[in-house]
Amino acid sequence: MSETVQVARLNSRGMITLKGDLADQDFQDVAVKITGLSFPSQREIRLSGEMGLAWMAADEVLLMLPVEDVSAAIETADEMLRRAPAVVANVTDARVLFSLKGKRSREVLAKLAPVDLSREAFQPGQIRRTRLAQVAAAFWMPQEAQFEIMCFRSVADYVTELLEMSAAPGTVPEYF
Amino acid sequence: MSTRLAIGGLLINRDVPVEFTFNGSRLRGFKGDTLASALLANGESFIGRSFKYHRPRGIVASGAEEPNALVNLGKGARAEPNQRATTTELFEGLEARSQNHWPSLKYDVGAINSKLSHLFPAGFYYKTFMHPRSAWKHVFEPFIRQSAGLGAAPVEKDADRYEYFYATVDVLVIGGGMAGLAAARQAGEAGAKVLLCEQTQAFGGRALVDELEVDGNNGPEWVASEVAALESMERVTLRTRMMGAGVYDHGYVLAYERLGDHELSSTGPRHRLWRIRAKQVITATGAIERPLSFAGNDVPGVMLAAAVRDYVALYGVSPGDRTVVVTNNDDGYRTAMALHAAGLVVPAVLDARTEATGALPEAARAAGLRVETGRGIASVKGTTGVEAVEVCAQAGEGAVLEAISCDCVAMSGGWSPVVHLWSHCGGKLLWDEGQALFRPDAKRPPTGAGGEGFVITAGAASGALQANVALADALDAGKNAVAALGGSASGRAPKAVVPAEEPVAPVWRMPQGAGYKLRSKAFLDYQNDVKVSDVQLAAQEGFESVEHAKRYTTLGMATDQGKLSNINGLAILSDALGQPIPQTGTTTFRPPYTPISMGAIAGEARDGLFKPIRKTPMDGWHDENGAHWEPVADWRRPYTYRGAGESVSEAVTREILNTRTAVGLLDASTLGKILVKGPDAAIFLDLIYTNMMSTLKVGRCRYGLMCTENGFLFDDGVVARLSEDSFLLHTTSGGSDGVYGWLEEWLQTEWWDLKVHCVNLTEQFAQVAVVGPRARAVLETLGGMDVSPDALPFMGFRDGLLGDVPVRVYRISFSGELSYEIALPAGHGLAFWEACLAAGEPHGIMPYGTEALHVMRAEKGFIMIGDETDGTVTPQDLNLGWAVSKKKTDFIGKRAQERSHFQDSERKQLVGLETLDPGALLPDGAHAVEPGLNAYGAARTLGHVTSTYHSPTLERSIAMGLINGGSRRMGEVLDFPVDKGVTIRARVVDPVFLDKDGERQNV
Amino acid sequence: MLILSCPCCGVSAEETEFTPGGEAHLKREGPGSEDAAFRDYLFQRKNPKGVHFERWRHAFGCGKWFHAARCTVTLEVFCTYTAQTANVPKEVIDTIKLRRPEWELNQ
Repeated sequence: MSETVQVARLNSRGMITLKGDLADQDFQDVAVKITGLSFPSQREIRLSGEMGLAWMAADEVLLMLPVEDVSAAIETADEMLRRAPAVVANVTDARVLFSLKGKRSREVLAKLAPVDLSREAFQPGQIRRTRLAQVAAAFWMPQEAQFEIMCFRSVADYVTELLEMSAAPGTVPEYF
Repeated sequence: MSTRLAIGGLLINRDVPVEFTFNGSRLRGFKGDTLASALLANGESFIGRSFKYHRPRGIVASGAEEPNALVNLGKGARAEPNQRATTTELFEGLEARSQNHWPSLKYDVGAINSKLSHLFPAGFYYKTFMHPRSAWKHVFEPFIRQSAGLGAAPVEKDADRYEYFYATVDVLVIGGGMAGLAAARQAGEAGAKVLLCEQTQAFGGRALVDELEVDGNNGPEWVASEVAALESMERVTLRTRMMGAGVYDHGYVLAYERLGDHELSSTGPRHRLWRIRAKQVITATGAIERPLSFAGNDVPGVMLAAAVRDYVALYGVSPGDRTVVVTNNDDGYRTAMALHAAGLVVPAVLDARTEATGALPEAARAAGLRVETGRGIASVKGTTGVEAVEVCAQAGEGAVLEAISCDCVAMSGGWSPVVHLWSHCGGKLLWDEGQALFRPDAKRPPTGAGGEGFVITAGAASGALQANVALADALDAGKNAVAALGGSASGRAPKAVVPAEEPVAPVWRMPQGAGYKLRSKAFLDYQNDVKVSDVQLAAQEGFESVEHAKRYTTLGMATDQGKLSNINGLAILSDALGQPIPQTGTTTFRPPYTPISMGAIAGEARDGLFKPIRKTPMDGWHDENGAHWEPVADWRRPYTYRGAGESVSEAVTREILNTRTAVGLLDASTLGKILVKGPDAAIFLDLIYTNMMSTLKVGRCRYGLMCTENGFLFDDGVVARLSEDSFLLHTTSGGSDGVYGWLEEWLQTEWWDLKVHCVNLTEQFAQVAVVGPRARAVLETLGGMDVSPDALPFMGFRDGLLGDVPVRVYRISFSGELSYEIALPAGHGLAFWEACLAAGEPHGIMPYGTEALHVMRAEKGFIMIGDETDGTVTPQDLNLGWAVSKKKTDFIGKRAQERSHFQDSERKQLVGLETLDPGALLPDGAHAVEPGLNAYGAARTLGHVTSTYHSPTLERSIAMGLINGGSRRMGEVLDFPVDKGVTIRARVVDPVFLDKDGERQNV
Repeated sequence: MLILSCPCCGVSAEETEFTPGGEAHLKREGPGSEDAAFRDYLFQRKNPKGVHFERWRHAFGCGKWFHAARCTVTLEVFCTYTAQTANVPKEVIDTIKLRRPEWELNQ
């Protein structure tokens, strides 16, 4: 119970939802062109600096980018996907991001999410959509001992309290 | 009298004294004591009174099976009733009070029940309190509640915090005794991810107490080396003070970790509920010793034999100076030997068997102990403590052969494997005639997601009672678990050297021919005061099923769930029914194994985390500006904004009048907003909505209705066509997630050929409604967009800037006023809200809440989902037939609405209701009645009020209701009886009370 | 509490991530259908003791619907499979028969 886990609410990050046929080359090209990252496979996330590209569902990816680049990116996407049955939506304001940092971050999250958070089961490069206690959330690991957590804006206060309570000093077991 | 011995006590640290109180007396124990051992060390063996007869009761056991020694622990915000003294670790300042007595433990009024016990047989309550019915409520129940019950429920809010922890493992081993340690080691050495949990403070179980040699070590040495080996394994986790509480489907296990119960800690969680998924569960839960059923077996000082030696070995406590051991098996002799070795007196070992020739009895004889075979106890003498036992022949009827004075009786009726966790999820049992016990049938385990067995028992829990057999069984359990994971374990079984034991002789009654007098003092279930005679009475009265007999007698229904009493009880029942024990069977074992705290079950979900509250981007502003909150689905919304010195209803009235005469501002961010896009979007929405959406022009809005397949209205909202292939759907505040799920359900499971994608954008946008005659002026003051009637007509929308914020402005109205709803990125929501207030100031702008919204929509006769609808109401019922397409060949609900009943003109229909007295307000839900009674002798109802308000605009009350054949009743006056002798009369009118021609918004 | 594997995102998760959607493979009866057929579509459900086909949605995960073939007695999950099918696919039937040789579809 020595090291503490730091909880922080992150600055807004640009986010674009792309829904369509993930196998379609145009669709993949849009995501790759905007983020400069390779297209992720099932439940994978690519990250580089402020850029991110996450597999969200069988017909959906999430693009992360600097907020100021969102408008131009949406124009690009709309243009490239003009003929495809796809949808591009700005969801920057719909989500809130948190980070957990510290050796026992896995334990903090394991109090809230019904997910196997062992090193074998969950590593950097993966994204998991699940629930944190009573609300929907997704998380990934930029690197070991570090999580980024995404939830809906309206429940940000709830998630803040959840994370802070779970990370309270002296309460985090050493398990993983 | 019980006392602390000068030496011994494996678990206690005599260098660290601990002070505690019991019933206000200051007592002293040592670190490592349980409350039970510390009480015994202080000579306190009379701990509480029983539930029904208020008989004096003492400590019987040394672990989780304890039925008697329940205490109230702590006080105030940390008060907790019914805590077992045997599983409560001592800490500095612990406060315990005994239960079930008044005015004091030693002088208890309710003890008269014991003298009258022949008046309180099984089923007494059922038989006595049947008539008259009113007497139950007014006489019997209050009296029984006063004198019955266990401990006192706490009144203060719990001061502690609790949490969950999700863990996924290959092998979960429950129980850290010999078998659990050995099985865990097998699995761990094979590389499996293992979690081993032990409910007490120390690993080792009986190896800490019973003399044995394992691989050349004594018990405690071997335990220490096994624990060290396990701790060194990377993938093995060991936890003490963590009990496997329940085993559920698909390898789900709840384990209850007590982190703060053994010390007063204010930082960490008190309990942690582990929610574990295990591929394989090994239950090494040991066995529980059975009491013997002789008269007076509940007198304080009568204890389980193994518990007696536990207190000696683990805590250095002698339960008595002179202990008579009574047994039907060899294991009981271990207690005699342990007491003898500790220098205590064992006047006799009474063995119910006709002969005792095993190694242990022979050792006892060799040590000079008096061993009497074929003997039992006829009766125990003493009330608040054992004074003597009367010895009889086990085979007889209880004629007293001699009395032996003693202050403790150690009884052993054999052992029952702890099969609870095996049984929780459907593991089956078989009756082992040779050992006289139920044990798991390894061929019929609980099965998991793949149909495979996922629970394996190990050691005594399998029925392998002797250490050498138990360790071999544990080896197999570990190997089998690893094999089930697809691996292989090659470990060697630790070799235990133990004395050979002769078989147990089942003894269900002592003596065999005990008459009623003895049987009615022979207790089976201590906590619920169920005696041998009660179970026999139940059988005699026809309660032949074990489940019925259990409920009739309450056998096994107390907080200990019959851990000591079940097997003895069903043996008595079988005997009374003249059938073998397996035919009677067992009652169902249900989780949790022992009671767990409500706090642990709730986990983090309390106070602010009890339920998530969704907040809009302007939530903080509302909170600082007098918001009187109202929950709307998961959101909180301002009901009204109270000014200084203003009542809620005054504030609502002010907001309505200001909006109707100047301009109001509403936070409408909670409305659902769903983007539907694709080449087939219009086709899809034609199926989803009752209206025709495909004809909606780009740039225009249309009010739409959604029905279920059963034809009933469930959501409504405005649809905006953004482009040829994209629409934005607005839903009710409570409906956004539900409607989004509904769309996805139809797209994914019925019309998957449609090329359509949906995105729930509810959280992306803040939405602000600027409403009232001055609304346009406010927007013009903000500037940036032409909002003139030509540029932005009613039911149109425009994208652009207001101020410098990118917005979409819908000209729609839910109040009948000139009204704009402005959607913008949520991150700008608060700033825009404040900009509207600033721009609106010269125009008299004021924010308004949901109640003003409700009143204004009702003045206009607009329906509200959840008020005018209840899941049985069609659009046609609400005069919304105009929004149900007759041209479309299909939409969800169309087929249902073709049913004959939906065409019935006598269906309840929406009408306005105008009270004859304009000041009278109909209560919400009030029923209209007509004269006479219906077939059931009840009032003939015509319908009910769905919305009712005082309208400040009209300066009178208004209401809407659903009334049978309402549309043909215009002008009729209906009676609404609202209270005894009070009837409000109201006239049926058009539900549009204000501005029928819509002139206010047509500007 | 069940564990289900979502065939749409590949996650095996506990039941709390999912919402149940009742019996699978119902045939929708739209306008023009017989009263009895429509009644059965709306209200009649199989409730078998044994093999059953169910709809589930990975509500707290990828949001997708899928079907599960499950034994209502033992809770064994034979398989999960796509929701975009009107009938029980042959490979699902084969999988079930491996575990329940005596079982027949529509028995």
